[in-house]
Amino acid sequence: MNFQPGKDTLKRKFKTVGTRTPRPDGLDKITGRARFGADMTAPGMLWGLILRSPHAHARIKNIDTSKAEAVNGVHAIVTADDFGPCPDDVLDIRENIMAREKALYDGHAVAAVAATSRAAARQALKLIKVDYEVLPHVTDVDEAMKPSAPVINNKLFTKGLDKTPRKPSNVAERFEFGHGDVESGFKQADLVIEHTFKTEATHQGYIEPHACLASMGADGVGDIWCCTQGHFMVRQVCSALLGMDASALRVTASEIGGGFGGKTTVFIEPVALALSLKANRPVKVVMSRSEVLRASGPTSSTSIDVKIGMKKDGTITAGDATLRYQGGAFPGSAVPYGAMAAFACYDLKAVRAVGYDVIANRPKQAAYRAPGAPMAAYAVESVVDELCKELNLDPLDVRLKNASSDGSKASYGPNFDVIGLRATLEAAKAHPHYKARLGPNQGRGVACGFWFNFGGETSVSLNVSADGTIGLSVGTPDIGGSRASIGNMAAEELGISHDKVRCIIADTASLGYNDVTDGSRVTFASGLAAINAARDAIGKMCERAAGIWGIPVEAVTWEDGAARPSSPNAGKHEPLTLADIAAQAGATGGPISGHCEINAEGAGVSFATHMVDTEVDPDTGYVKILRYTVFQDAGKAVHPSYVEGQFQGGAVQGIGWALNEEYIYGKDGTLQNAGFLDYRIPVASDLPMIDAVIIEVPNPGHPYGVRGVGETSIVPPLAAISNSVSGAAGVRMTQLPMSPPKVLKALGRI
Amino acid sequence: MFQIQVSTSINGDDTEFSCEADETLLDVLRDRLGMTGSKEGCGTGDCGACSVIVDGRLVCSCLMLGAEAQDREIETIEGMADGTELHPLQQKFLDHAALQCGVCTPGFLIAAKSLLERNDDPTEEEVRYWLAGNLCRCTGYDKIVRAVLDTAKDMRKPAKTTKAVAKKRVKA
Amino acid sequence: MQYHAPATIKDAVKLLASSKGSTQILAGGTDLLVRMRSGFSEPETIIDIKRIPPMCKIARDGKGFSIGAAVSSAEMSENAALAKAWPGVVESAALIGSTQVQGRATIAGNLCNASPAADSVPAMVAASAKALIRGPKGKRKVAVEKICKSPGKTILKKGELIEAILLPAKPARTGDAYLRFIPRTEMDIAVVGAGVCVTLDAKGVCTAARVSLGAVAPTVLLVASAAKALIGTRIDDAALDALAAACSAAARPIDDKRGTKEFRIHVAGVLARRAAIIARDRALGKS
Repeated sequence: MNFQPGKDTLKRKFKTVGTRTPRPDGLDKITGRARFGADMTAPGMLWGLILRSPHAHARIKNIDTSKAEAVNGVHAIVTADDFGPCPDDVLDIRENIMAREKALYDGHAVAAVAATSRAAARQALKLIKVDYEVLPHVTDVDEAMKPSAPVINNKLFTKGLDKTPRKPSNVAERFEFGHGDVESGFKQADLVIEHTFKTEATHQGYIEPHACLASMGADGVGDIWCCTQGHFMVRQVCSALLGMDASALRVTASEIGGGFGGKTTVFIEPVALALSLKANRPVKVVMSRSEVLRASGPTSSTSIDVKIGMKKDGTITAGDATLRYQGGAFPGSAVPYGAMAAFACYDLKAVRAVGYDVIANRPKQAAYRAPGAPMAAYAVESVVDELCKELNLDPLDVRLKNASSDGSKASYGPNFDVIGLRATLEAAKAHPHYKARLGPNQGRGVACGFWFNFGGETSVSLNVSADGTIGLSVGTPDIGGSRASIGNMAAEELGISHDKVRCIIADTASLGYNDVTDGSRVTFASGLAAINAARDAIGKMCERAAGIWGIPVEAVTWEDGAARPSSPNAGKHEPLTLADIAAQAGATGGPISGHCEINAEGAGVSFATHMVDTEVDPDTGYVKILRYTVFQDAGKAVHPSYVEGQFQGGAVQGIGWALNEEYIYGKDGTLQNAGFLDYRIPVASDLPMIDAVIIEVPNPGHPYGVRGVGETSIVPPLAAISNSVSGAAGVRMTQLPMSPPKVLKALGRI
Repeated sequence: MFQIQVSTSINGDDTEFSCEADETLLDVLRDRLGMTGSKEGCGTGDCGACSVIVDGRLVCSCLMLGAEAQDREIETIEGMADGTELHPLQQKFLDHAALQCGVCTPGFLIAAKSLLERNDDPTEEEVRYWLAGNLCRCTGYDKIVRAVLDTAKDMRKPAKTTKAVAKKRVKA
Repeated sequence: MQYHAPATIKDAVKLLASSKGSTQILAGGTDLLVRMRSGFSEPETIIDIKRIPPMCKIARDGKGFSIGAAVSSAEMSENAALAKAWPGVVESAALIGSTQVQGRATIAGNLCNASPAADSVPAMVAASAKALIRGPKGKRKVAVEKICKSPGKTILKKGELIEAILLPAKPARTGDAYLRFIPRTEMDIAVVGAGVCVTLDAKGVCTAARVSLGAVAPTVLLVASAAKALIGTRIDDAALDALAAACSAAARPIDDKRGTKEFRIHVAGVLARRAAIIARDRALGKS
């Protein structure tokens, strides 16, 4: 019954899938009715605030909460002492959400207060006395790797080396991917170019700060309402940290005001729960924007060496990259993904990517849309661009010449299945944008990008109501419009109108386990599971029809929303619509539901080519984006408007990352720009329209050919813009962001 | 701290509340009046998610004290639709898929409403500069700008004045 | 915290003079509320001046314009006569923050916040604006460039507040302009700001000029050497080059998260030049 890749053929003709239906949560969101993380209250609710370290690195010698406890209205104060033993796999999270012996970054939580008003909580925070012994700190990735760097964790010994070192360091692990002989490959090249690139940390920049409302009872049973990309993950981690059974904690996912990977982990939820347990009242905790930037999960800052050899005819003979990523004060940066994705667009005989996962006195990184890949692509695509310029070759032709294709061996190991990279390059080449004339100080850049996309554990329940309408429960929070697409896939499979399907995000008590919404997996995996659940329900409805007609179930088929006899031999029976069967469900055996619980496999990778024109003001270094086109393979665009939206949103985040966004640290290791004034994300007047061209090379792993699209779109922009600036101003920008002072300096004007 | 008594008008309804002197209008709307449509994205006037209209003027409610609302006329997202009849902008946002996560949407709708009340034929550039104080991280602004321009176009069509645009509330 | 909304200037002055503890004037609130939220300011008393009718008006007479301290940037833009006479000043105010911020922010508040990077200040200085100060001892007028003594500090004495910003009647053949450099297109604090006002004679030769720079020193600069470079010329390329060089030489900026020293020094010259061209063209009646 479940879809089997390779065995089942892909559906190609669609009634609902591919159309632009209205979204189910639309009305609530345009009227302000939709409830986000901070929009919930509870009777007796207290306000929770968190005290954070002002130091980048400090030993916590003592915390005196006595004066704070005396403030009228304060009902609970928690510190690390309130978080007891926990499983190994959440030890780092336990320390990140509340500092233990040391504060490891500016903004690290050290204590929290729950009080009857925010004013009382603020007053109490001021009265908590923390005795810090300030320690030397390090925030730069290259500095952190030096032998002279202050060692942040003296139990950290580099993994992945031939010999485990005897001394601790800030290097958590070394990774290596690749195949072939790169040294020999370089020898075959006519031109070898190598550069070192540096990128600064950026933040996902979701407009909604983290927010939650936690409620623990004296009976050890609790509820959390929070904005999250994974409420099952929240349940798992919070119950582990508080020593609860998972089933004792029910988590409901609110509407979420942006995530992009930054809400795939917990920051304030366990703290709110611990406060609620202690106060015996519901506690609401909402991060301020400054807390979001200081103490949630930005990306890594990186330092990347790339060396590529090319022949005069454009053949790439070898590629070698060393990537150094700092992931904050704990191991686990996305450097392995960066190393794997770095050369993924190229079919190379000789390729190597080595990654170093480094720690520094910064907040613990979290995923940001294709984690690890944008920086790696920036470095690789910049060098490819320079080789093309030096050898006077067309950048799209060179990429077509070396492009990964169906069956080619990826730089990170496996062989690609059916992929769409070539299709995006060909579309880019044929597009009017590529031929448009450029004026003075203007340049055009292209770059390619890739993301793996994931499947993952997914549970869906499809319930048929007596009136024949469908309740579809999924467990993957909707961060991009997926409810619409998933509902449409179920409607397509059932053969009914999309407006007869209501798709909701069910809470953790109401559904089987679901991995977080990440890896561009939801439209693919929850969609696949919804299709399978629909098929399950269809099977059951065919059984009911068979019973009603008195024929074997093998003689019943489902088509266009109704059970029908599969051939004239089965007898003359009028079709029974879904509504007909639903009306008789009680009399024919009981409620009808379809289920699917899977570990979804067969996610298709998504490739993209981006093209951008920029104009550089030679007197100020200001870079203006003139024109931007995204060409990306979606496999099958279930809801084209939302696919376009993903392309556009990812491209614009990349624009911000390339031009202006960066974490600025002072000499004292504290974050200098913890607000939207000086952490500069693109505003509407910075941008032109972003043209989105959807390419469809169906993914054989999904019944409708769907590929995830959310992440790939952030991978090419950094390089595409850098390459464009290179064309406009004749300078190679090897540091991001390409802010005006840096551009002007590269131009030699200052 | 003594609380201040304020009487004001919100979406045409006479409204009384009391608040601390240092509470912002946004705090009052969300936490005292239960009107959670306006959002706090930054609290410092940099993101526009808390946008409301006060005496016909587009402002950030996080940059206004609750006390300053005395005798003013305030319009929030909750009052943008006329009962079940959506404001044309709201409909166009849906039609154009001009929202993804939707958290910035109330701010954008209020800001765009304010624009179209003053200028029924804005250029793309005028729309973008007017809305520069509203941050969106999901859409890249493309579909938002299209929705606003398309709404303006519709609203300029003769003989099709929608009630929602021209509505003036009668003060009790 | 106490909140007061007096109905007359006299009452405001009385409150200001008699209040104990830290007291802040609330006009647009777009700086004050941000400072309060960050804990930078914790006033014990706030005096809201927006209920004082004269503070909310733009008045015009033979001597020029009087812009009440509670008048928002948006209201300034909507005043056709003001926008026509002093487009540089009006545009500078229209650059502060966003549309939402402009709906509330005032140039008096922008001035009193005393940020080195204030957008409206270089334009006001170039336009020879004066602050009309009211205090317990009566009124006094002070040139805008003298109001800020250091970042965050003004020369206002206890009990004093700004009642209005006064702009002179615009002489014939005079044009003003303000430009700023920011990394995005909106929303940012100026990395460099340049305000220029020039008066030309009937032959198009510059007879008077004021050149003011923001964000390149602890307080706004009035660059006499830059003005000198324009006076007596037709504000041609050679004069503009000299102007740019004078501005770069006068700038004494810092490195900070918004820009480097070298960048600001260089761009001060670039912007002053561009602003001078606009001012000149306005004076010539082109636009």
